Amino acid sequence: MTRKLLLANDHIEGIQSYDVYRKNGGYAAVEKALKSMSPDDIVEEVKKSGLRGRGGAGFPTGMKWSFLAKPEGVPRHLLCNADESEPGTFKDRYLMEKFPHLLIEGMILSSYALGANQSYIYIRGEYMYVLRILEKAIQEAYNNGWLGKNIQGSGFDLDLAVSPGAGAYICGEETALIESLEGKRGNPRMKPPFPAVQGLWQRPTVVNNVETIAAVVPIINEGGDAYASIGIGRSTGTKLISASGNINKPGVYEIELGITVEEFLYSDKYCGGIKNGKKLKACVPGGSSVPILPHYLVCKTAEGNDRLMTYESLADGGFATGSMLGSGGFIVYDEDQCIVRNTMNFARFYHHESCGQCSPCREGTGWMKKVLHNIETGKGKMEDIDLLWEIQSKIEGNTICPLGDAAAWPVAAAIRHFREEFEWHVNEPVLSQQRNYGLVSEKKFENVNA
Amino acid sequence: MEENKNIEFPQVLLDEVQRVISLFPEGKQKSALIRVLHIAQAHFGWLSVEVMDYIARLLHIQPIEVYEVATFYSMYDTQKVGKVKLEVCRTGPCMIEGAEKIISYIEKKLGIKEGETTSDGIFTLKAVECLGACGYAPMLQAGEKFHEHLTEEKVDALIELYRQNPSANYMGQNND
Repeated sequence: MTRKLLLANDHIEGIQSYDVYRKNGGYAAVEKALKSMSPDDIVEEVKKSGLRGRGGAGFPTGMKWSFLAKPEGVPRHLLCNADESEPGTFKDRYLMEKFPHLLIEGMILSSYALGANQSYIYIRGEYMYVLRILEKAIQEAYNNGWLGKNIQGSGFDLDLAVSPGAGAYICGEETALIESLEGKRGNPRMKPPFPAVQGLWQRPTVVNNVETIAAVVPIINEGGDAYASIGIGRSTGTKLISASGNINKPGVYEIELGITVEEFLYSDKYCGGIKNGKKLKACVPGGSSVPILPHYLVCKTAEGNDRLMTYESLADGGFATGSMLGSGGFIVYDEDQCIVRNTMNFARFYHHESCGQCSPCREGTGWMKKVLHNIETGKGKMEDIDLLWEIQSKIEGNTICPLGDAAAWPVAAAIRHFREEFEWHVNEPVLSQQRNYGLVSEKKFENVNA
Repeated sequence: MEENKNIEFPQVLLDEVQRVISLFPEGKQKSALIRVLHIAQAHFGWLSVEVMDYIARLLHIQPIEVYEVATFYSMYDTQKVGKVKLEVCRTGPCMIEGAEKIISYIEKKLGIKEGETTSDGIFTLKAVECLGACGYAPMLQAGEKFHEHLTEEKVDALIELYRQNPSANYMGQNND
């Protein structure tokens, strides 16, 4: 039996509304926390739970919280990162649309734990209709005494508001998010100082993903140990996976960390296998930024072990033969998909989204897009593939924020695993415009022209 | 939506701007800028220099602070656009599911190219990057509305809908 902690009440009609949410156990965690737990108790439970940031980085949440500076007399802030813009990822939208009160409850618990009295949800501008759902739910929470002054007689005050972005992937990076929330361009800041010391309006700030904050609710309800009992090793609890691409059942799934990739991909409980009876060609398991895996490395690691849906197992083999869990944006490609075209598509995305501050990213993403476009349209030269490799290697690690890495990794992985497909495009400028390369063979180059 | 001649919000939107400003601490009213620009764009149709200057006055910030934000974020239009922007997602998963076919279908149907506006001023067609609907591809956004699992029939229906009622793409009470 798979346990669901976030989407357990998915089937309940009207769960978006305060009344139905409350009737089904909603706000019990806040009641419990404000009555019987100190802020430090909550931090302790979150540490025990092993919860790791669900936005992509996977940093332990309890540890992140413990870094928050607490100078006397300076307000602190909790910001919820609802900027969700990593291609392949649409779980937070689902969670907020369906369970706005779960996020609000998590925000109250987390703000209480951090001693924050004014918290914000920063949501991407394209999700304006979700912002309106959240604002309605926040109003309901105020009306019922869960927000505002002296919540439930506890002496704890919290104001919560939603603020939109306006179309910028970069604002999912926490310092860019802070800049944007201050009403500026989303240019990431140099670190240090870290947001935990100087964040929003130069005040100590924690930024957490929607799913991370929502997960605090079951952690407080059932205890950190109970949460940690789900999963394997340092991958505890449940995770929302956004599944898309050539599969039978795209959508948002809550999984227990530790199930096999094979089960997730082929079981009818989840993706339901590859659409139209086609073969699997590749998979990007954690959002567009993470390395793409060729079919033979999706369900098994290079050593032949089962690949699991955990932070560790998806990363097994490093970038040579592994990838990352990332944001859980699970994109599946069948045998008819063109890796060069997909890589070009992602490169264009990162070029479009580069904020332009750092030259390796600003210029490099543009070069990668151009070179990939040439190869894709049959105008590439063999040395372009090496040029591409060189460009990506000069972006990675040389920028203020991780967008540079995020742009470099998909290109590097595509060349690493699908080099023959790139070469085929160069060698077959006419044929490559007419049909796709097909499946990649395991290591060995197969002559598909035969 | 109207032309950018009477650059002033009606009272109901001025109240909304005050509400948004009040969500932030005193002196931090600049934080309201991104939201207020959305309100302005929905009301005036696009962000002309005159509109941006008006917003700067409303928020007591310098015009340049508004310009630099308006030009950074992809949702803002600093050029005139159609009353309804059809923004087709073309990133990764949407590409796999046929975003390009949807774009060329709309191009043919409306007789415009991607990036252009129909001569009646109703539709602008744009190809945009990931909108967070990857599992429901192909999709497009029109104003605040997401239209998912697109087919040619669905595109026909939504174009007809917006042709009849261009403001149907906003669901917020706060927009005109």
